[in-house]
Amino acid sequence: MKRSIAFSLRFTAKLRRVRALVWKEVHQIVRDPSTIAIGVVLPVILIVLFGYALSLDVKHAPLAVVLEDRSPAATALASGFELSPYFRVRIMRSMAQAQELMLQREVDGVVRVREDFARRLGQGGAEVQILVHGGDANRARIIIGYVRGAVAQWAVRRGAEGRSAEAGPVVVVDRLWFNEANDSHYFLVPGLIVLIMTLIGAFLTSLVIAREWERGTLEALFVTPVRVDEILLGKTIPYFVLGLIGLALCIVSAKYVFLVPLRGSAWVLAAVSMLYLLVALALGLYISSAVKSQFVASQITLLVTFMPAMLLSGFLFDLRSMPAPVRLISYMLPARYYVALLQTIFLAGDVWSVILPNAAILAGMAALLSLLGWRVTHKQLA
Amino acid sequence: MLESLRRILALIRKELLATLKDPRGRFVLFAPPVIQCVIFGYVASYDLNDVPYAVIDRDRGGASHEILARLDGTGVFHRVANLTDEGELKAYIDDRRALLVLVIGPDFEREIQSGRSAALQVVADGRNSNTAGTALGYVGAVVEDFNADWRTAHGAAQAPLSLIDRVWYNPNLETRWNFIPSLVGTLTMLQTLLLTTLSIAREREQGTFDQLLVTPFRPGEIMVGMAVPSVLIGAGQATTILLVAQLWFRIPFAGSYLTLYSGLLLFLLAAVGIGLLLSSIAATMQQATLYTFVLMMPFMLLSGLTTPIANMPVAVQYFTRINPLRYAIDIAQRVYLEGVGFGRLGADLWPLAALALVTLPLAAWTFRRRLT
Amino acid sequence: MNGQAAAPALCARGVHKSFRRETGETVQALDGVSVEVAAGSLAALVGPDGAGKTTLIRLATGLLRADAGELSVLGIDAAARPQEVQNRVGYMPQRFGLYEDLSVGENLDLYAELHGVGAEGHAQRYPQLMQMTGLGPFTRRLAGQLSGGMRQKLGLACTLVCSPQLLLLDEPTVGVDPLSRRELWEIIDHLVEREGLTVLLSTSYLHEAERCHQAIVLNQGRVLVQGAPRLVTDRAAGRSFLAVPPSGQNPRDFQAKLLDGPGIVDAVPQGSRVRVVCDASEDAASPLDGAALIPVPPRFEDGFMTLLRQVAGGGGAAPISLGRPLQRHGGDAVVRVRDLVRTFGRFTAVDHVSFEVRRGEIFGLLGPNGAGKTTTFRMLCGLLPASGGSLEVAGSDLRSARAAGRQHIGYVAQKFSLYGQLSVRENLSFFASAYGLHGALRRERIAWAMEQFGLQPMERLPSCQLPGGYKQRLAMAAALLHEPELLFLDEPTSGADPLARRGFWRRINALAGQGVTVIVTTHFMEEAEYCDRIVILDSGLLLAQGTPDEVRGHAIGAGREPTMEEAFIAVVERTRGRDGAGPQA
Repeated sequence: MKRSIAFSLRFTAKLRRVRALVWKEVHQIVRDPSTIAIGVVLPVILIVLFGYALSLDVKHAPLAVVLEDRSPAATALASGFELSPYFRVRIMRSMAQAQELMLQREVDGVVRVREDFARRLGQGGAEVQILVHGGDANRARIIIGYVRGAVAQWAVRRGAEGRSAEAGPVVVVDRLWFNEANDSHYFLVPGLIVLIMTLIGAFLTSLVIAREWERGTLEALFVTPVRVDEILLGKTIPYFVLGLIGLALCIVSAKYVFLVPLRGSAWVLAAVSMLYLLVALALGLYISSAVKSQFVASQITLLVTFMPAMLLSGFLFDLRSMPAPVRLISYMLPARYYVALLQTIFLAGDVWSVILPNAAILAGMAALLSLLGWRVTHKQLA
Repeated sequence: MLESLRRILALIRKELLATLKDPRGRFVLFAPPVIQCVIFGYVASYDLNDVPYAVIDRDRGGASHEILARLDGTGVFHRVANLTDEGELKAYIDDRRALLVLVIGPDFEREIQSGRSAALQVVADGRNSNTAGTALGYVGAVVEDFNADWRTAHGAAQAPLSLIDRVWYNPNLETRWNFIPSLVGTLTMLQTLLLTTLSIAREREQGTFDQLLVTPFRPGEIMVGMAVPSVLIGAGQATTILLVAQLWFRIPFAGSYLTLYSGLLLFLLAAVGIGLLLSSIAATMQQATLYTFVLMMPFMLLSGLTTPIANMPVAVQYFTRINPLRYAIDIAQRVYLEGVGFGRLGADLWPLAALALVTLPLAAWTFRRRLT
Repeated sequence: MNGQAAAPALCARGVHKSFRRETGETVQALDGVSVEVAAGSLAALVGPDGAGKTTLIRLATGLLRADAGELSVLGIDAAARPQEVQNRVGYMPQRFGLYEDLSVGENLDLYAELHGVGAEGHAQRYPQLMQMTGLGPFTRRLAGQLSGGMRQKLGLACTLVCSPQLLLLDEPTVGVDPLSRRELWEIIDHLVEREGLTVLLSTSYLHEAERCHQAIVLNQGRVLVQGAPRLVTDRAAGRSFLAVPPSGQNPRDFQAKLLDGPGIVDAVPQGSRVRVVCDASEDAASPLDGAALIPVPPRFEDGFMTLLRQVAGGGGAAPISLGRPLQRHGGDAVVRVRDLVRTFGRFTAVDHVSFEVRRGEIFGLLGPNGAGKTTTFRMLCGLLPASGGSLEVAGSDLRSARAAGRQHIGYVAQKFSLYGQLSVRENLSFFASAYGLHGALRRERIAWAMEQFGLQPMERLPSCQLPGGYKQRLAMAAALLHEPELLFLDEPTSGADPLARRGFWRRINALAGQGVTVIVTTHFMEEAEYCDRIVILDSGLLLAQGTPDEVRGHAIGAGREPTMEEAFIAVVERTRGRDGAGPQA
């Protein structure tokens, strides 16, 4: 009985200290315009950019169609391009003119219909040349695909009219699961959540302990009853809340503004996001306490959290296609697991076979990094 | 005049020494760009070279066998499972074991033999629709090859229509070729901005700024003395990245260095102007870092580096016109890959010159105003 | 809590502690220190820079661990159970880490909560602290906007919210003006006498050690003397005198001559006379040259200097010589300030101040924190525009006649502000070029600076790694490269130990002797004695102006001759009293 009272007294004292540290941090966050800029302004900018400005989908690509043949068949083919939502077509007669436009990058590609097109169509072996600007390989590939599609449709129409040009022995019928609309926002917006959580979680916190070392505020703080775990908790809680605000902002705008479907449950999404946030916070605090210099800490954090979250997480680039050493590195990065979770929960639903292992890894990382952060922060001067 | 030049030279020398002498400073300036450049080179690619797929083959005929063999022969596709029912299909896609599942109907072979088109159903995991689209494109290409060969082998009429595609400047459609030259602009801009804002914030924070102001330096001289080292270091970083591109990734350089460096110079001047403007609102080094970052994100995202500018809404496209990075990336890619000369770069050079002509005097003006 | 009264509050036995510098060498900070501080006493830790004062205090807080030896604080082993020590002591580091973006009240609340002070503790302690520190009206102000003195008081208040059993203060009065310093001492005295608190503090103001129960003199990591301050003071018993300079001789020149003389331990100017401490030998007769000697009771400082001389031997910094002396004592005014006004919003920092500085003079700008000294200074150097009035420095207003005017001045900021990453030579080289020196002249001036300031051994060291005293010298050297007519020094000796201060003033003296005009701000009132003329500012107003003796005259009535510090306090308080209210902070 007596022991439990002593314990609860100690526990209350601990809680009070943590609360005091949290309030201190909150005041500092609110009063520093640069923290607000990273914690609130940047997420909003990113949400708007990812939602409205960025897209990997090709629509209305400028395309020159050079009609050297004026037969009805060629004209029909050209009008097929004009009808396609993917292209903005400029019909012209001279190849030289079209090439000039391509050099100026006024058009992304040139479709050339040779003058013997109609004649050879009857005999077999008619050619349609496609020239694409390779300045953006991804876009080039997509454009070639769309040109093929437009030509195939034209062929189908001709087939329906009873003329030859059947589609070929095997046709591919594809179905894109989870993203029937083939809308790149469906994966860009969840990816955005990773970036924002990483920014608030790791980048911002990487500065906070280093700042206290640099400004000398820790020395006086150390000589109080405060414990290391309390200092770390005092840093974690406010930024955790700031991260949750960013998360709420992202989820609401994803669902209601950008209309990305949320097929899994919002609770599971919130839970795994909190896990990731904990990992990011622990990582940021660990770097900050280990390095003790704001400048170096921010550079290291950018290098080990932000760049990987953007590049090595599978959010933009396919992880399976990376060389083995890079893939190995990616296994050490928390962002990878979070991206898998987000894409699944948003687009596929609560697929537990994906959620449980990934969440377990994140939880393990959070525990490990917190332990490291706690071990590396000593109430001692160097 | 000569006096003024001497003072500026002294400041440039000091600034370079202060930045490059510290091993940590050197590391931060040159290691991350190289590391990022190499990682970007390997990673930042929309090309796929490992597509796990599963197949439900209800026909098991020669044609389906042939198609699957061709897929496996590409080296890109690898089969993770032969499934028997549709229920398994969902499981494989859901937990990401397969990116694609091919479904071949029981009448596949028969349909082909009878001269009709047989459908090859492909289900793709659209969680990253870009990846899925690319993979589907690969399948399409394999099937097209199959079709052509099948026709030849079975003496069927030559296909009435064939498509011949050629890609300019990047024949193998390697994303890396596009990415690495663009990094010349992106990484350089990040570091140049950071360097400029930090160098002034550091002088303020360490109190050396006052010491500088009581010497005969004029504000204009201080500005020039701060701007030139950033431009020089920026040019050094750009060169490092160019070297990595050519020596490590062996991407052929098609243009002239004079053109490229002239364009880069204009770009760096514009970037330094922005950095100097930014430094007038950043009181501490922490603020300098954070503000640079807040500014750099939209610049990077709206530069055409990760997503094409043409895909952006018109209003945003207008905004990108004040983004120096957009022009720098364009210049770097076009000079590097296409080898264009000054004549064709007007559309990029003029805006950069205009940006530099606006930001630098504006920065000088705010700088002078803050002093008085 | 008040267990065995006999047990010492702090007890160190044979404590060793060494550090490794970045350059690889090992520095022995504490070398077998044994110290005892009795419970309920007030102990002062004094000694030159690098003596190990801060290290000892940090060891006592458990922030550092000793390499060898035992250290117990309040009966607890500080190395083994640091947390228990930290629960019970109050600690104020040299640079108290106040959260600048929190208000006074928020800083206090934070520390109260961390120490677990309950609501009733609050109600009891807060009014008391507010009354003691005078921070009551400012609870909502951000700590970053407080003046130096108020900051220190807030720092002290933060360590006092929990009623600690032992208070460890590291240089609590550095950078604090005499008025605030007196207030801080009133608080400390009150704590020791009324609340029975034990206090251990380090200080470089030696006269502060005199008022403590116990003085511990550290030098190079060893304890020289430990005991009542009298033990130290008595070392100079019968050897302290006021010497009257021979007629026609400037007391400053006389003092400089004395410092070099054999048999002289210490000499500092005091008004028109020089305070001398002779050593035990009889050699002192020759430099004194038959000057009239008036025996005076020794001060702690005299004893301290005697003690250090015995350990370290003689010799301070050699006086400096300019390349070519400037014309001396033209008597014409180099700086003319008339009705100078500077306002920040509604706040008037400098309020119609007028004074003149004559060529070759050492001119002191004195005043409490926030008096407008630094603002005036920045306006003189052209770093800040004036809101009204006129000022002329070396014939021009530095704001408008930028480059040309600044060629004539040298400026040493309060905080070391040369480029820390650059080496000593690189810094000098940069500032030489900045002042338009080039070619042979530049090499010659740099060589001169290296030699005069003894910087050769440190030539290649990055300046941020220089020991404190060398930083000061480098800053001075950089400011003198271009042979300025005018030298501005903003609190050049803040935080420097007594030995370094003497070396510094010797150089200044020599410079003035060669025709350089020196304008200096300082918190050490005894340093005002080195000045030819001083002005005292408070709340932006000029309160007194004249030679040190004239200013001292304002405080006559104390019976004996007042010290400069007493004179200063008298002047400031009289004016504040007349206005009825305190300073508009």
